[in-house]
Amino acid sequence: MKQLDVSAIKDGSVIDHIDSKSTLKVAEILNIQNEEQVVLVGMNLASKFLGKKGIIKIGGKIIDQKEVNKIALIAPDATVNIIKDYEVVKKFRVVVPEVIENIVKCFNPNCVSNYHNIEPKLHVVNKNPIKLRCHYCERVMNSKDIVLI
Amino acid sequence: MVSFKQKDIISIRHFNKEELLYILDLAKRMEQADNTNILRGKVLASLFFEPSTRTRLSFESAMKRLGGTVIGFAESGVTSVAKGESLSDSVKIIEGYCDIIVLRHYLEGSAQLAADVVDIPVINAGDGANQHPTQTFLDLYTIQKTKGTLEGLTVGFLGDLKYGRTVHSLAYALSYFGAEMFFISPPSLRMPRDCTDELKDRKVKCHENESLHGISKKLDVIYCTRIQKERFADPVEFEKVRGVYRLSKAMLDEIGIKDDLKILHPLPRVDEMDGSLDKTNFAVYFQQARNGIPVRKALLAAVLGAAE
Repeated sequence: MKQLDVSAIKDGSVIDHIDSKSTLKVAEILNIQNEEQVVLVGMNLASKFLGKKGIIKIGGKIIDQKEVNKIALIAPDATVNIIKDYEVVKKFRVVVPEVIENIVKCFNPNCVSNYHNIEPKLHVVNKNPIKLRCHYCERVMNSKDIVLI
Repeated sequence: MVSFKQKDIISIRHFNKEELLYILDLAKRMEQADNTNILRGKVLASLFFEPSTRTRLSFESAMKRLGGTVIGFAESGVTSVAKGESLSDSVKIIEGYCDIIVLRHYLEGSAQLAADVVDIPVINAGDGANQHPTQTFLDLYTIQKTKGTLEGLTVGFLGDLKYGRTVHSLAYALSYFGAEMFFISPPSLRMPRDCTDELKDRKVKCHENESLHGISKKLDVIYCTRIQKERFADPVEFEKVRGVYRLSKAMLDEIGIKDDLKILHPLPRVDEMDGSLDKTNFAVYFQQARNGIPVRKALLAAVLGAAE
């Protein structure tokens, strides 16, 4: 029987195949410090595809679409498993949407979206590696420029 | 069929080759035909939150020459913005007073924001360091008119290529026409990487150089821009580069150029172009400034549906 590196959870969400270096950023997106049930975070686990991967298991929580969109920007290869009674009831890969609204702040301090309470909007130019163009000022952002709201 | 009716003019990136050529052709017709009254009864709101001479006056002149009228302001200090009103609220209010808005604003993306919140067309007359699409249309018009074609030209961009919004937009537009481009600047004022990456993605042959020496004889067009002293932390560094990027007739004679080279500049110039060039056949920058009228007439007529 295969030995699990990180224990199974009864109900909740498992985010797998995270690029290992991005694991803590994904944990931040999921706001795990405020969870009350079991949260398991693993890093540098062996992966056939990524070499080293990260995994996060959150008991009692079904992650929402906005969180999935945010994760896609940080870890485009990640997969999400929804667990019920120790069984995987839904499994999907995160997908970077064509347009990202109110998730990422434009990095240009002179962009109008950083004033007057305007919701930032970015168009995805390239999905992996991620490249975003601001709807307003047209500046192109790479993953290193991404500041999540 | 190309139609600009009720379209916003925000960024040159929003137009394809056919649409660019449509406006250039319409501008040519605007120069030739009597079109005095085609915008009679139409009102343009000229909203300049930042100073401008050429762009503002040429828009106002173009509108009046087509029979329309102009309302607006040339500085934000006299508006409700000074009382803290947001740009979105300002343009929503002004929308009720006019048929078209021409906007210049210091924040990048402001024209797109305005276009998103109003139903009438918005023309971007410059949004910070981002876009100035009507300048690009008139630059293209000037090149086409003085070179006879836009296809397959070798164009040198000279000066401040980092902050020069007109350079970024023109380079993008020329990528539709198979131009080879040389970007000549001091290392600290190079074309932004995302611009050159985008050009390369569009299969443009582009090169970066620090001087005109060795490449000047290849160029059909030089697009010169002002190097701004305030961009340099060290005045000594500014003095070093200033001479290298100062065009004069003697300098061009020395390095060698094509007989039919044309030199453009969005103006104002300070000392990057010597007066000795003004009366040569190479200098087309004053003609370029005058071309603002037919090009802006064409854009106003097209957007307000008077060109169809």
